[in-house]
Amino acid sequence: MPLTPVATHGSESKEREYVWTLNFGPQHPATHTTLRLVLTLDGEKVLQAVPYIGYLHSGFEKLGEHLDFNQYVTIADRMNYLSPLANEIAWHHSVEKLLGIELTPRCKYLRTILAELMRLHDHLLNLGTTALDLGGFTAFLYFFQQREHIYDIVELASGQRFHTSYTRVGGVLFDVNTDWVNRVRKFIQNFPPVYEEVNRLLTKNRIFVDRTQGIGYLSREDAINLSATGPVARASGVERDLRRDDPYLAYNELDFDVICSTGGDCYARYLVRMQEMLESLRILEQAIENIPSGPVNIDVDSDMVLPPKPSVYRSIEGLIQHFEMIMPNRSHDVPREEVYAATESPNGELGFYIVGNNESRAWRARTRPPSFIHFAMFPHMIRDHQLSDVVAVLGSLNIIAAELDR
Amino acid sequence: MVSLEELQSRFGEEIREKTFRDNRFIDVSSGVLLDVLSGLKADFGFSMLIDITAIDWLDYEGATDRFSVVYLLLNVETGERLTIRTAVNLPDPQLPSVCALWMSADWLEREVYDMFGISFSDHPDLRRILMPEEFAAFPLRKDYPLKGRGERHNFPVITRSEG
Amino acid sequence: MAVGLPENIFITRLDAAANWARSNSLWPMPFATACCGIELMATAASRHDLARFGAEVMRFSPRQCDLLIVAGRVVMKMLPVLQRIWLQMPEPKWCISMGACACSGGVFDTYAVVQGVDRFIPVDMYVPGCPPRPEQLLAAVIDMQEKVRRTGTVMGREFAARDTSSGPTPFDLQEEHRIEDASLIQLGGFSAAATTMKRDA
Ligand code: SF4
Repeated sequence: MPLTPVATHGSESKEREYVWTLNFGPQHPATHTTLRLVLTLDGEKVLQAVPYIGYLHSGFEKLGEHLDFNQYVTIADRMNYLSPLANEIAWHHSVEKLLGIELTPRCKYLRTILAELMRLHDHLLNLGTTALDLGGFTAFLYFFQQREHIYDIVELASGQRFHTSYTRVGGVLFDVNTDWVNRVRKFIQNFPPVYEEVNRLLTKNRIFVDRTQGIGYLSREDAINLSATGPVARASGVERDLRRDDPYLAYNELDFDVICSTGGDCYARYLVRMQEMLESLRILEQAIENIPSGPVNIDVDSDMVLPPKPSVYRSIEGLIQHFEMIMPNRSHDVPREEVYAATESPNGELGFYIVGNNESRAWRARTRPPSFIHFAMFPHMIRDHQLSDVVAVLGSLNIIAAELDR
Repeated sequence: MVSLEELQSRFGEEIREKTFRDNRFIDVSSGVLLDVLSGLKADFGFSMLIDITAIDWLDYEGATDRFSVVYLLLNVETGERLTIRTAVNLPDPQLPSVCALWMSADWLEREVYDMFGISFSDHPDLRRILMPEEFAAFPLRKDYPLKGRGERHNFPVITRSEG
Repeated sequence: MAVGLPENIFITRLDAAANWARSNSLWPMPFATACCGIELMATAASRHDLARFGAEVMRFSPRQCDLLIVAGRVVMKMLPVLQRIWLQMPEPKWCISMGACACSGGVFDTYAVVQGVDRFIPVDMYVPGCPPRPEQLLAAVIDMQEKVRRTGTVMGREFAARDTSSGPTPFDLQEEHRIEDASLIQLGGFSAAATTMKRDA
């Protein structure tokens, strides 16, 4: 990281001579991803932070115009890679809204369980690495162990541990079995002790609290004005959670609380995420015990879903149906309309704005990326803080580069 | 719920409304866009700007304008959502900036500029945000190929003996 | 032995001794840009524990590292940074390209993504997968150690000879046409570079 003195323009004041510019990133361990900040420093105090992004811009939205609704799930996966399944669910949620599909009860519950597992997945990594950046390595290792169990669970369901590409229009790739359900039950049992341990390690840890309390304050007005959503907004007292306010999947049948705080600082965001994990666990407990039986995909005759593999291999009708479904101009009956649908992803409101055009790929597939919007508020939050607070604030916003740059 | 009549009486008759599923779309002309948005924010409680994006309609059957710019608004208290659409055309696609209303519009407008080349007047800092500064095309326009025009290969090659 | 050395003295070639030392303490520089970076973290974390193979000392400063792990896709804006990091690393150094994106662009065959980092920097080991499982990365590190042991020389002579790019030079025909079109269309800063493109005769 090269330190270069800033050319002092004229002599506004004597101190200006001591202003330094520090380049932070784009390849820096504490950014976790690829983002770059140019900080103007007065000693250790940040006078100004200018973010530069786009170091991971890979053309997701352009690809969305070329891949069909089922194929694009592989790309949506790679957006917020801390919780891949949450993106898939959001993408197909929007597509299904465009196509007017109502899911089967089993699929709703299954997706709800997966979405909540992903919320845990995301928060575990986020809190672990935030602690890591602030000097606590242990929490990272404890939480990563739990993430591995979630990897195992999704691998058992989908066959892939990371980018699962598990959802399909109108359903999911395979149904799950009792073995899977038992795995989730076991996870729900084993998680709380680890959670407690980390809770004891961090929540009242003097160093951790000192480094996060009062840092990166975001008031309620600013949070609304800067379009904050998700845990960031809720930690600033904006009581919004799409799971409750705009229920989708099976959330209206489940009992959970929306966690809010009025602190607005990094510590409040940490607490909100910690509490949310407990709520997720509560949702999981209810959902896994009440998961309905029945088909997981909607009826094949609706011409919306891919037929099940056995019928493709063994019957001519199935084969024809499958063939038609993957021909771009023969498959879904797509209205020439625009639609916006959003889900509460671990990071905030993740929505897709889709324009349909009579063929089974989108004319425009816009993502509403929470990370992008949250990173835009970073310069406002870091002003007049110390240099070492940069990592604390970055960690508490949970910026994911692939979602930031798409 | 904001009624269409209310909006029409305040901002002119040519405001149109459409609904699809549970989304409400309000079409306004670019001339009154800023008035409508600031009116919605101040008097109807649409305090949060969810997203700004654009759509390129080149070769879309039945489309009359080249671009639409879309503003997604949310009323935080009631949860009501509204989508405001306005059309812009080449050769000089330009709209007023809403940065003064919502701070989050800053980056969103920069992204629209970067991807579609639609500029926003009075934007404090309208630069490319995702693509490199020296990039000349607008990648999300429909006449730009998916695989680009070879820009991704224009770098010096480092070999082992130089390294 | 003819010279009659005491039992606790071994005779070996200097190359072999240096390689043995180097291969067992590779210091990776994690160039983690995207999803693969999370799997890289998983490799270093509790369950998979990269430390068992002496390669856990992740240093985030290129000056201290000898193994560059490119984990994740590299896009136009990032490639100059990657090249600079590669040049900053001291010799001898090796490079692992982790994941489909770093190897070939993967699913992102788009305008912004570099289609394989091996076109622009030397790569010693490719790890396929999207993302590769941590076990695969562990295997790659072990293979890397083997490669260092087998081919390394103290003075780095094995590198000096390779002055051509190790990556695939020929782009497909379509690509060539696009590049030609591009230089006609005048792309600002990019057009000048387009003419220096290597073309197959
Ligand atoms: S190879 Fe796959 S997992 Fe790795 S960076 Fe590319 S998309 Fe992500």
